[in-house]
Amino acid sequence: MSTPATPALQVADLGLRIGGATILEDVDLEVEKGSFIGVIGPNGAGKTTLFNVVSGIARPTSGTVHLDGRDVTGMPVHRRARAGLGRTFQTSSLFPQLSVRENVRIAAQVALGGSLSPLRFPRAGDRATRDAVEHLREVGLGDKLDLAAGVLSHGEKRKLEIAVLRATDADVVLLDEPMAGVGSADVAGLSETIRSMHREKGCTILMVEHHMEVLLGLVEKVAVMYSGTIIAFDTPAAIMANPTVQSAYLGASA
Amino acid sequence: MSTFVLLLATGLGLGALYFLVASGLSLIYGLMHVLNFAHGSFLTLGAFLGWAVAQRMDPSSWTGFVASVLVGALVGALVATLTELLLIRPLYDRHIEQVLVTVGLSLATVALFEGIWGTDADFIRGPAWLDETTGVLGARIPNDRFLIIAVAVLVLVAIVVFLRRTRYGMIIRAGVENRAMVTALGIDVRRAFTLVFAIGGAAAGLGGVLASHYFGYVSPTLGGSLLIFAFIVTVIGGLGSLTGAAVASVLVALLQQFANYYAGGTGDFVIVLALAVVLLVRPAGILGKVAA
Repeated sequence: MSTPATPALQVADLGLRIGGATILEDVDLEVEKGSFIGVIGPNGAGKTTLFNVVSGIARPTSGTVHLDGRDVTGMPVHRRARAGLGRTFQTSSLFPQLSVRENVRIAAQVALGGSLSPLRFPRAGDRATRDAVEHLREVGLGDKLDLAAGVLSHGEKRKLEIAVLRATDADVVLLDEPMAGVGSADVAGLSETIRSMHREKGCTILMVEHHMEVLLGLVEKVAVMYSGTIIAFDTPAAIMANPTVQSAYLGASA
Repeated sequence: MSTFVLLLATGLGLGALYFLVASGLSLIYGLMHVLNFAHGSFLTLGAFLGWAVAQRMDPSSWTGFVASVLVGALVGALVATLTELLLIRPLYDRHIEQVLVTVGLSLATVALFEGIWGTDADFIRGPAWLDETTGVLGARIPNDRFLIIAVAVLVLVAIVVFLRRTRYGMIIRAGVENRAMVTALGIDVRRAFTLVFAIGGAAAGLGGVLASHYFGYVSPTLGGSLLIFAFIVTVIGGLGSLTGAAVASVLVALLQQFANYYAGGTGDFVIVLALAVVLLVRPAGILGKVAA
């Protein structure tokens, strides 16, 4: 059922109401396979909530989510992840006390599948560990394998998150503010790490990011959220020229 | 000197019992954020059924003793697993309700045990060696202390190896730190919950059999009386930290023993005081949030 025309991710009529408050309303979005989409909007526009609904942490009160043509609206978080959805969290997506290698190894062993028997001892040189080390070299953390993830710098932590995502082999990746807290010196390197994941893995990426320069340099299209819905979805150039967006978002933040 | 050594050995034995209860409490809290008030019932049931098996065989034989220990651990693991599957899991992520269910279960099971075995303590015996003493630096140390300490150390080592060296252990450690991310990586963290309950229940059931030898009896309230101190140990050691639970078990039990002897029976008071101090100075506990 999956043809090249099937969108990697499709949300339709998505709505989320909590009590009397409307958090998301009539969100429609079709994301082509292999594309790189930026999601922008003022604080409280519903960007993170949209990611939570797509990844299954929040249940929508209306509408559907399809991953590669498959309805995943009622699927629990871990099964969506196995269906090919990877994500990072705005705050932290790491296990600070675990080593850098272990952080990636968990993702790699899930990706390899097979039995997760409680008594299978992972050996130092096994496949999942080799994969983990490989992904860590790709993002430039090959010399930090045995450090606790918690002691890495902000920039390195974000790179570690990318290594984890590479290891999951996710088809659709949701990045929630990957540049948050990263010093300006590390921004370029991290952008390049994200770009090469997109290129080498051929995955579809949705990225929420307030750092506009970085975002516009990476993405092919931008979805603009405002008050819980998507008000525009177009190329960066067209978005910058869109008067509705200007008044709703860019004007508001200027 | 001999009194000091005796207090030390007795305190370490008691600390070993605290650890067998606290290890499960700490892992369960660390991963699931549930304070399991039913944990004492796993211990009590393990003790009663372990003793029942020993009686059927021959309480004074080592075979009977070993069988009772194995049965205690097995019963603890089984009851804990059922508790998780039938009572905790349906209330997934509703922590207050989960805690209330465990409180209810602990009250109901104590009443049930009293109905079956009566309210009086049931005095037990084991292999003769356990009641004998060994001289250490002039002190006569009851042999069961050595055994209990050795078993607790073995359990500690086994759990640490499990957490550090196995795939599931890694998932549990990761889950203690960041459960949302474990799930987002495609792991059904509920399976880890059940496993942690089973491990904690086994340690508690095992602790129940050993506690009945330490105190010389089994009673429906055996688990509850140890549980209070195990909770204190868990908080002082740092909720979620196994190593913290081990260190705090020893500290709390020694403090309790020495205060009881040298400070006119103020052991329990001193422990509560220590708890207050730790909460004020270092609210996350001695070792904070590290599984192993």
